[in-house]
Amino acid sequence: MDPAGLNRTVTRLAHEIVERNRGVEDLVLLGVRTRGVPLAQRLNGKIEQIEGKLLPLGVLDVTMYRDDVFKKIKQPVVRTTEIDFDIDGKTVVIVDDVLYTGRTVRAALDEVIDFGRPTEIQLAVLVDRGHRELPIHADYVGKNIPTSPGEEVRVQFKEVDDVDGVFLIKSGKVD
Amino acid sequence: MEFNRKHLLGLEGFTKKEITHILDTAESFKEVLSRPIPKVPTLRGKTIVNLFFEDSTRTRISFELAEKRLSADSVNFSASTSSVKKGETLRDTARNIEAMKIDLVVIRHGAAGAPHFLTRCVDAAIINAGDGAHEHPTQGLLDLMTLRDKFDNLKGLKVAIVGDIAHSRVARSNIYGLQAMGAEVALCGPATFMPYEAAHWGTEIFFDIDECIEWADVLNVLRIQLERQHKGLFPSIREYHALFGVTRKRLDQARKDITILHPGPINRGVEIESELADSECSLILNQVTNGVAVRMAVLYLLSGESEDGSAKGGES
Repeated sequence: MDPAGLNRTVTRLAHEIVERNRGVEDLVLLGVRTRGVPLAQRLNGKIEQIEGKLLPLGVLDVTMYRDDVFKKIKQPVVRTTEIDFDIDGKTVVIVDDVLYTGRTVRAALDEVIDFGRPTEIQLAVLVDRGHRELPIHADYVGKNIPTSPGEEVRVQFKEVDDVDGVFLIKSGKVD
Repeated sequence: MEFNRKHLLGLEGFTKKEITHILDTAESFKEVLSRPIPKVPTLRGKTIVNLFFEDSTRTRISFELAEKRLSADSVNFSASTSSVKKGETLRDTARNIEAMKIDLVVIRHGAAGAPHFLTRCVDAAIINAGDGAHEHPTQGLLDLMTLRDKFDNLKGLKVAIVGDIAHSRVARSNIYGLQAMGAEVALCGPATFMPYEAAHWGTEIFFDIDECIEWADVLNVLRIQLERQHKGLFPSIREYHALFGVTRKRLDQARKDITILHPGPINRGVEIESELADSECSLILNQVTNGVAVRMAVLYLLSGESEDGSAKGGES
């Protein structure tokens, strides 16, 4: 996916979010670190263009909630979660770049619920690559990319990677 | 950044990178403490024993809270109510604990080196919560975190540690930690409180509190242990306060902003003037909050186990 394609996809996702929620009343965005954050920021920019209003935007770091936190050789680095608004009674849209096993989303759901009781939680992802290990599905999908477990889907944003795009990497190495 | 240490015995030998990693991790855990539900499931299933052979209120509560905030299971052991009174050795206590499948041991002991000894008897990760007059690394880390919160960069910051340096584990952990972070360190106190080894630490040494205040950006004021008076190390509380007490008058003479830390518990009117301890230049309560966050970070970083590493996941 090239930069123009990525931009069109983000625009469509923003329209879908606004359409499905009939506006942006009580809507908040939570980007999952790392690349869910620039994606959420871009969605917010598009939503502002459509509705004339920026949504409250928070950052989720799900490391403390992972189910594999002690199963890796290297201890994952814990970064800060930043939610400086109330999510009680709100519709929370969790935003992440790639939906794969669903384990990150499970962790994100647990974390969000520790912050309050949203009316509804929705999930927006840029890429759904399949291979779910949990009963989780996305409400908004930028692109479905069928993959094998040996492949890697790499989403890049200028904000963190200097370049925009979605790449499928066939490493052949099964993890 | 990897954190490769199995134990936290002291800050001696720690690099700036390692300390920065612990403090960054602590900042993330600090956010948890301000949540509506200040608890995360990170250490679920881990069992921690708090072995306190010496009395402690603040440090023990701080560790216990950190453990609970991380959802670990913890048990407390204090020497005054335990088998130690019945003559059990440290080694036997440790072996018994090991047999109960403990992942981490937090130990405070009156003898320097007790945590190091434990690392040789058990497999669990050991955290030194104060050993004799040696080190108190989590106190050093929380002091560094508190200073970093205020000054961003510790390089070149002038920190003076005031009081009974010779008997202070807080002083040693602070000296190692501050020097690793590039701060300049000075020690100040009566000659009877200055240890022989002070000459080798590469710190400034002051025997006059006014000169010290003139030099310093930060004063880390140590608690004066009143029982030292009976050993003849200082003549009286009043004399100590008159000669080394940190007072508003002394700070005013220096005519600059000074930041004050104190590891607690405070002897009001002895090492520090009561009013000053509650003033805007005191970060004493920030230290207490940061203490829980730092201990959460240390518990988290030492809980990792290198299994086969075949766990999958990574991407969502």
